[in-house]
Order: sequence, then C-alpha cells, then structure tokens
Amino acid sequence: MNRQHRPWIGNVESRWSGVASAVVKSTPSGGRPELDSREPGAEPAQGSQSTDSMISAIGLRKSFPVKSGPDVEAVRGIDLQVPRGEAFGFLGPNGAGKSSTMRMIACVSPRTGGDLRILGLDPARDGVRIRARLGVVPQQDNLDEELSVRENLFIYGRYFGIPRRACWAKADELLEFAQLQEKSRARVDALSGGMKRRLTIARSLMNDPELLLLDEPTTGLDPQARHVLWDRLFRLKQQGVTLILTTHYMDEAEQLCDRLVVMDDGRIAAEGSPAELIERFSTREVLELRFTPGAQEAAEPRVADLAERIEVLPDRLLLYTPDGEATLNTVLAAGLRPVSTLVRRSTLEDVFLRLTGRSLVD
Amino acid sequence: MAPTLRPLVTEASPSRTSGTVLVWQYLMLVWRRSALSTVIAGIVTPLLYLLALGFGLGTLVNSGPGAASLGGVSYVKYLAPALVTAAALQAGVGEAAYPVYSRFKWSRVFWGISSTPVSTAQITNGQLLFLATRLAIGSALYYVVVLVFGAAGGWAGLLVIPIAVLTGASCAVWVMALAGRMRREGTAFNVVFRFVVVPMTLFSGSFFPIERMPGAIRWLAYISPLWHGNELARAAMLGTGSGLAVLGHLVFLVVLGGAGLVTARHAFSTRLIV
Repeated sequence: MNRQHRPWIGNVESRWSGVASAVVKSTPSGGRPELDSREPGAEPAQGSQSTDSMISAIGLRKSFPVKSGPDVEAVRGIDLQVPRGEAFGFLGPNGAGKSSTMRMIACVSPRTGGDLRILGLDPARDGVRIRARLGVVPQQDNLDEELSVRENLFIYGRYFGIPRRACWAKADELLEFAQLQEKSRARVDALSGGMKRRLTIARSLMNDPELLLLDEPTTGLDPQARHVLWDRLFRLKQQGVTLILTTHYMDEAEQLCDRLVVMDDGRIAAEGSPAELIERFSTREVLELRFTPGAQEAAEPRVADLAERIEVLPDRLLLYTPDGEATLNTVLAAGLRPVSTLVRRSTLEDVFLRLTGRSLVD
Repeated sequence: MAPTLRPLVTEASPSRTSGTVLVWQYLMLVWRRSALSTVIAGIVTPLLYLLALGFGLGTLVNSGPGAASLGGVSYVKYLAPALVTAAALQAGVGEAAYPVYSRFKWSRVFWGISSTPVSTAQITNGQLLFLATRLAIGSALYYVVVLVFGAAGGWAGLLVIPIAVLTGASCAVWVMALAGRMRREGTAFNVVFRFVVVPMTLFSGSFFPIERMPGAIRWLAYISPLWHGNELARAAMLGTGSGLAVLGHLVFLVVLGGAGLVTARHAFSTRLIV
C-alpha cells in the first residue's frame, strides 16, 4: 500500500498544524462538497469507488434478527459521502440508526445490504486494515478502571502494533492534549466523567487515525465538561482530522459539524450544513409562547395565521417567523396574553421537529 | 514549543507482536497489581489442604484398610497430584467466569479491543493464554509446597504443572464461552460451580479411588475431565498407569480444550461483531 504516512511528531498540535493544509479539504460554503475531485496525497483509486471519500455508502442497510418476529431494520438504505477533513454529523433521536451506522463504519458490524467503503476499502474484506487507521470513541467508555490513565493509553496503542517506547511517548503527548498530565498515574476509576471522556478521546488518537468516530461524545456530561471536550474536538478538526460524530444535541452538531444528516427511523431525512438545514427547513426566528395551563388550546387557532408555521408542543406554542419581535407585537395586539414569551433563532431542533414531528431529546 | 521529531511509526513498521500476545500482555499487566495476594494464597491454600487432608485425614487412612486400595502409597502422596489438578480446575473456572463476563458487560474492555486491528479470535486466544499462565504460576507454587512435603515424586513429577494447566484450561475455556454468551448476570455461574465443579472435584478420584464408587455411577468419573487430569498427574508423580492410558487421557483433554476454544471464539465473535 502506498498511502501517505503521517509522521509522528512530539507535539500533537505542531504535528497537525504541519499537515493540516495538506489534508483539510475546504467545503465550498453553501453547497455540497465536491466528491469526485482528487486531492494531492490521496491514495490511488481502488475499483470504481472514489477514494477521496473517507466514507462512501450506497443504499447501506442493517437489520438484526429477532427471535420471535421479523428482523428489526435499524438502517434502511442510506447514502453517504464524507470527504477528507470534514466534520460530519449524524443527528437524530435514540433508535434512529446512528449507532448502528457508526458500528458498520467502525468495521465491527457487518452490513446487511448495500455498499460501504471506508478509506476506499471494503470493511467486509479489509476490516483489520481499516481499523488500523480509525480512531473510535464509543458511546459507553470501556477504559480499564484498574489501570492508570497512562497505562490505558499505552495498552491501547500496543494493539495497533506501535512499539513500546513510541507508545509511552505518544501516551505522554496525548495526556497533554487531553489536559490529563496531572492524572497520568491515577487509576481511571478516580477520574470524573468528563476526564474519562477526554481520556477515551486521547486513547482513540494513539494510532494517529485518519478518521475519528465519536458516538455521542458528550452524552451525560455536565455543560462545563462538554465545552472542554468540544474545544478539544474543534482543535482536532482544525488540524485536519476527519470527524464523524453522532449526537442528539443540536448545539453540539451546530458547534462541530460542517455537514450533517438528520436520521430518523433508519433513514436520512435531510442533509446539509447546519445553516443550510435551518434555512431550508425553518424560518430565521422562532417565537415561543407559554400559556397558563388550559389556555393554550384556545390560543392555537388564533395564532395559526400569524406565523409561517406553528408547532404545538405540550407546554408551549412555537411560531416560525422571519421576525420574532414583530410577530410578538402582532400576537399581543390580537389580545393574546401568554404568561411568558421568548424570541430566538431557529436551531437544528426546529429542523428536526419540522422533519419528523418529534423532539430530539425525549 | 519547538516540535521534536520522534521516530516514524507507521503501519509499514509495526512491531511483530501478534494480537494474541498483546491481549495476554494487557491481562498480565492488570493481574500484576494483585499478583502478590495471588501468590500468597497460592502457597497458603496448598499448605492447609496438605496439612488437613494429607496428614490429618491421612493418618486415619494409612492406619486403616485404606492404604491397600491406594496402591501402597501413603495418603498424602496419593492425594497431592489430585490437589494440584483440582486447584487448577477451580482457579481456571473462577478466572473464566466473572472476570471474563465483566470484560464484556461491566468494564467492557473487550469492546475497546475489538475496535482495534486485534481480532476477536485473538482476544479469545489471549484470554485463554493469560488464564493458562495464571494456572501455570498457581500450579508451580502448589508443586513447590508438595515438594516440601516430600510428596512430589521424582523429576517426572514436574510434569504435574503442564498437566494441571491442561486440565484447568480445557474446562475453563468452556466457561469463557459461557461468559461470552451470557447477556445478563443470572445463576449460570453458580450452577456451574455447584453442580459441575464441586461434584467433579469430589467424584473424580481426587480424594479416593473411583473403584470405591458404585459401578452404576462410575461412568461419571470417566467423563470427568478432572479424573483424566488426576490420572495423568498420578502417572507423573507416582509413575502409575500405562502409556496407552496416558495417551488416552491426554487426547481426551486436548480434544475437550480444542472444542472449547472453537466454541469460545465463536461466542466472543458473535458477541462483539454484531
């Protein structure tokens, strides 16, 4: 194989800043990324698949047999193209098929149908070779709690065939990246949830992956820990690592993803950049109205014509409109008396609500 | 900060160590933290058994009509080989039960390994290799204690160590398969301990010759891996048994262990690759 190897340099940041320009592929803003253009340093094409794509899926399906009854179809035919250097997200509620897709991409779950190429290779044939070049951050941490932080990194690096000395060196380098130097010799069971997550991310970087898979990286963390983690992921993205992440947090997707797909019930409901999706499926602003219990139903028909679209949630009404303040004035002028009001920008949550009729986080 | 260049490490120059050995190294690293207590237990336990059974009970056996049915050896010499194999059986099954289950269910470390280039077959092999190493260390300690008591026979008695490892591992690998298949923590391990391991320990010619058992249930001993192990261990330490019988016992244990390894690999693979 002639793929271009990236050198191991002592400092993570300097290493990546050195190669970022070579591997980051800028996505034309507002449009779909070009999938067929070759970039320098990419490996030679294999078969008919475009090898510029870190991930290429066509009609990808996954179903699980169930003892009594028909198979459960977790992924029902999805198409994906992820170019090198992109931060790509799967957004969707629990059970949408995000994790099943991630496991197929990670080469630990054989596909049921369709075609899949990771780094230009077929996971069914070249699982081991692909896994050697991936970094995986699983949904549930699977660190060894009895070993020290540093030993966890060392052991994991060894699985990739990295020699001992290089492994220790890399571990120290990544401890710095993950801001865990002080915890280097602490046992993992003494770490906080956010620290464990950072360690898991550091661990996934031991083999200098070209493609980093993050399955719900910040689920269950407090806001502060999430922000620290986003900062680290953002750095990786800046340094040219292709990031694939699943999340059911819209703010996470907006912060990190160049492009994302909204998944629902095993299918892709929409695809684009966060801004594109909001523009396409929502209005600029949203006016939220809360009423005293029981008063909302009476208000519904009266606001129906005051906005481009309304959504009725159990506890509030959402009015989609280009100008929230103006709509609020109209609402008040019409004699409606909500107990509280909020004008905000549209988010991916609104896109999701529009596409599926359901909230992201239940 | 000036970047310092480190040696180029790439796919093209991996160390040659196989995944099996890497998993073994990992498990040894974890074990090393509790090694001291294992070693102490590995010496104290045989001491207690040999004192209580070998000498305490042995005094009665040797002075009564029992001595003749043991083939003319003292009870402690009769007992010692079987204690080594029985200890390996217990330790092996113990190591293959909750610790392996935990690596799937609680610590989930096997899931982490499965996302690296290490294959599920290598995870299975590495786990078994580690288990065998532990049994070898435990059996060696047991052998030393037996040696001190003067019940270890000649040089051939050293062979009791690999024999005990084979006996323990060929049973434990089936428990590994069970641990890989279990989705919920039920009573399966307790059933194995109470209704398989304990009866096997008692009725495999460990403490008394199986000829003392009623003919109708003697077949239980014949299908017991521990009986085959005991026969081999006595052949090594006491020089009993014909060459053909020894070969038969070996084949039994190797086939059992081999089939168990295939089963365990399948269990690990279907668990981790879904």
